[in-house]
Amino acid sequence: MKNIFKLFLSSMAALAILVSSAQAGSVKIGTEGAYPPWNAKDESGKLIGFEVELANWLCIYMEADCTIVEQDWDGMIPGLIMRKYDAIMAGMSITDERMKTINFSQGYADEVASLAVMKGSDLEGMDTPEGINLSLGGSDVKAALKTLTAALAGKTIGVQTATIHQNFLESGDVGSVKVRTYKTQDEVNLDLAAGRIDAALAAAVAFTDYAEKSGKDVVLVGPTFSGGAFGNGVGVGIRKDDTALLSDFNKAINKARKNGKISELAIKWFGFDASM
Amino acid sequence: MIESLPRLLNATMLTIELTLLSLFFGIFVGIFFAVLRTSKNKIFYYISYYYSYILRGTPLLVQIFIIYFGLGQVEWIRESFLWIVLKEPYSCAILAFTLNTGAYSSEIFRSAFETINKGVLEAAEGLGLNKINTFFKIKLPIAIKQSLPAYGNEMILMLKGTSLASTVTLLDLTGVAKHIISTTFKPVEVFIVAGSIYLLMTFIIHNFIRFLEKKYNYN
Repeated sequence: MKNIFKLFLSSMAALAILVSSAQAGSVKIGTEGAYPPWNAKDESGKLIGFEVELANWLCIYMEADCTIVEQDWDGMIPGLIMRKYDAIMAGMSITDERMKTINFSQGYADEVASLAVMKGSDLEGMDTPEGINLSLGGSDVKAALKTLTAALAGKTIGVQTATIHQNFLESGDVGSVKVRTYKTQDEVNLDLAAGRIDAALAAAVAFTDYAEKSGKDVVLVGPTFSGGAFGNGVGVGIRKDDTALLSDFNKAINKARKNGKISELAIKWFGFDASM
Repeated sequence: MIESLPRLLNATMLTIELTLLSLFFGIFVGIFFAVLRTSKNKIFYYISYYYSYILRGTPLLVQIFIIYFGLGQVEWIRESFLWIVLKEPYSCAILAFTLNTGAYSSEIFRSAFETINKGVLEAAEGLGLNKINTFFKIKLPIAIKQSLPAYGNEMILMLKGTSLASTVTLLDLTGVAKHIISTTFKPVEVFIVAGSIYLLMTFIIHNFIRFLEKKYNYN
């Protein structure tokens, strides 16, 4: 961990040198700092995580002077519109609903959502297929949703507020489950462990990360989800009128994908290649 | 903005419910601790003193977090009968608000008890009223009247304090306002509507207390 930290510090120093020599504009990037491993904070309160490092590399490629600022998740898009920062990198999935208000760069990473329960829950061993891609539709997806609807009937499920996970549960695709919304994923995890909710829905890595760090018996159950309400990968959120910045980010992401930087960082933080 | 109004008004019902229930239980808690505070027994006195000292000395947000997220982490609490109350965010919120408003009310009632003219109590004794009758027929009515302006203030503070219920997943007025903002991305408009609803409720409480003050003003 210390080595990673040192590496991070030295990359920050390198960044500082590069940035001071570059002739480019300054870009403020907003992130939540509470959705590990996407973005989080270490013990000293410093922002860390996949997106924090990726943001630094993208800024190097864009030759921009970047600062990363923290913003509560539920105020993320309003904060962008009110110009508190110029870009969002906060594990935010590209969805049609968000596209009505802001633009997204191409996706840089994608991973599936999953339900989690505590060990010993009656939902453990739920009989459902491996993965559901809601965009595909068809009878397989319908059958899977039907099984889920039956399994989740009357259950209380916790999600972070204003997420694709909340949208999915409230879309009616899985019947009328009781949805309880939380300000942060941390709080969802706490209430899942306390037994206040029967299950939780979030990015699968958010649960595995929590299980690993807290030592709690959190287990993933049911199918993994993608597509449809879950959007098309995670991208950089940018204001609609900022077309120049959008194309800068797209170019930088192209470069980071081609030279393997995104894969490298994804493997480092997620344990698998979540790049796209 | 107009579309969000029915949802906000619906959520206002929960805000009113939380406020009224907390104030209702809080009055009893407040009177109870005010009586303990005026007790000659040192133990009772200090229990009441530290209750009010701690509950008034820490933020309501911290209190509600300790009760909801804090106690929920303790395993023996989860396995005890207390979990029936502490499992639900609704009862956790009521508990936190009641304890909080109870502490403030106990101070209001205590100072009201202390302002009661000694002559009145001596007169009651002279008339041969026993302690219980003196308390319920003389002391309590005078104390309630004395504490009306300060208590009205506490009611308003409690109403605004219930906005913290949204931090423990309850969809009160503030919770729903945030919920709407997270999908419409229009914080200014929605918060202005929500703020106006709070203002209207404050206006009602304010005038209700003024009405009571006038009614019981027999000086």
